[in-house]
Amino acid sequence: MISGTVFKYGDNVDTDVIIPARYLNISDRTELASHCMEDIDEEFSKKVKPGDIIAAGRNFGCGSSREHAPIAIKYSGIKCIIAETFARIFYRNSINIGLPILECPKAAKDMENGDRVEVDLKSGKITNVTKGRTYWAESFPEFMQDIIKAEGLINYVEGKVESQ
Amino acid sequence: MGMTMTQKILAAHAGLDKVHPGQMIEASLDLVLGNDITAPVAIDEFEKAGFNKVFDKGRIAIVPDHFTPNKDIKSAEQCKKVREFARRMDIENYFEIGRMGIEHALIPEKGLAVPGDVIIGADSHTCTYGALGAFSTGIGSTDMAVGMAVGKAWFKVPEAIRFTLKGKLGEWVCGKDAILHIIGMIGVDGALYQSMEYCGDGVGSLSMDDRFTMANMAIEAGAKNGIFEADDKTLEYVREHSNRPPRAFKADADAEYCREIEINLAAIRPTVAFPHLPENARTIDEVGEIRIDQVVIGSCTNGRIEDLRMAAKVLRGNRVDPGVRAIVIPATQKIYLQAMKEGLLEIFIKSGAAVSTPTCGPCLGGHMGILAKGERAVATTNRNFVGRMGHPESEVYLAGPAVAAASAITGKISSPEEVIK
Repeated sequence: MISGTVFKYGDNVDTDVIIPARYLNISDRTELASHCMEDIDEEFSKKVKPGDIIAAGRNFGCGSSREHAPIAIKYSGIKCIIAETFARIFYRNSINIGLPILECPKAAKDMENGDRVEVDLKSGKITNVTKGRTYWAESFPEFMQDIIKAEGLINYVEGKVESQ
Repeated sequence: MGMTMTQKILAAHAGLDKVHPGQMIEASLDLVLGNDITAPVAIDEFEKAGFNKVFDKGRIAIVPDHFTPNKDIKSAEQCKKVREFARRMDIENYFEIGRMGIEHALIPEKGLAVPGDVIIGADSHTCTYGALGAFSTGIGSTDMAVGMAVGKAWFKVPEAIRFTLKGKLGEWVCGKDAILHIIGMIGVDGALYQSMEYCGDGVGSLSMDDRFTMANMAIEAGAKNGIFEADDKTLEYVREHSNRPPRAFKADADAEYCREIEINLAAIRPTVAFPHLPENARTIDEVGEIRIDQVVIGSCTNGRIEDLRMAAKVLRGNRVDPGVRAIVIPATQKIYLQAMKEGLLEIFIKSGAAVSTPTCGPCLGGHMGILAKGERAVATTNRNFVGRMGHPESEVYLAGPAVAAASAITGKISSPEEVIK
């Protein structure tokens, strides 16, 4: 069960603002995380706590294929992103690095900055504790749950190779 | 129910007779691509997973093009890592500075993409090769790592929007204006998870360079890929550049599309996308008075020879406005040399523009033309997001090479018709 505070953003949050290109020569994940969202929200990296949740509108993560974007978010402490829709490369990259992301337009629209939210990835149940409302996102197919549990595709592939 | 072009290519690469939208498939890959930003992360993942060889050293391409020629020590270290990996794995298609180009201009030029291919690249503009009738799409570093090791990737079969093109583009109007017009019409998520398939009589009138530009920006509408049916022009291009046999796929007559849109190419005006989204498209007639500080002509979207010819046609005999820095970046060494032979570089330099070696540089705010706070640029690049070319409070206006060149002369966003009487 994921439980945390919501950081809410709008539509079309692109990967250039999630992690600006001027930081793409950095490979340290914690250092990348320290610049996460800084061009649209200077406070984000100062305020975010482990377990927190990002909520957003349509087309979250549009633009570049840089995996640095979900990496910066994951290493900032964010445990889940809930949006109305995601850009497809970002969606794929997030799963591949083991960052759970859920499409649930109703839940995402209702959420506001600072709401307390709980997420059960297995069932897809999203509870906005602050607003007293419950939503259901489509749960992940089993192989995607396994990738997230393994903290990413590489560990998942590794695990499969070892168990054979 | 028949299949779209993309569905047919994916089915053929998954060993299936038929696929349907939403179906998960595993497809074999003809090419796996990466650059100096995405490959270092992929190499880490590749090694972490314990892979020690690539699936086919002839089917991987690595192009250091983003922060190159190395802009600082950190970038130099990233390039070194990529170079050493390429050597260690004996990768045939590693392209060093001086012999390279911006990846999406270089790959077709080197004959590494042909009709019917399935290509993944750890760069979102990998969708460019759809211009050749290939299925090509951007992925991240982890997918690149696994793709390099096993030569396969999983895909969810997309549905498609069919764009039927009619007529012919007017003077000073190019593929960039057409794609900005289309993105303005459907929005930056108008083709989310879908293919954009181009067909109709109008396709034949588009040059290959126009098609590369249009396929290149499919990602800017959220699409998985953009794809043109291969025709005589495509096959001629492929014959000139590649030894590999093309496999031209046509959509079935009864293929099902989620949306059908007709585009009259003749009605498209020079188009500009305003900050901070490519969907903020306006015709040049609706722009108003917008002063600018910089012009960039180049990138994987518009750094090809026809783009440079169009820019030179506008700049010939004119001077860049004293308040404007104009930067021209031929996309590959071959294009650079061709532009030199045709006298285009002389026109640029005499007009007061800077000419650079191939690099993605300013397009993503890397180097070679970063904007200060409050500055504005007209760029033939592909994204105008907040902070894309530099300071978060700078602005990028996207346009084709003719508008960019005209704007360099006047110091404000201008139509080439204003400059060339």
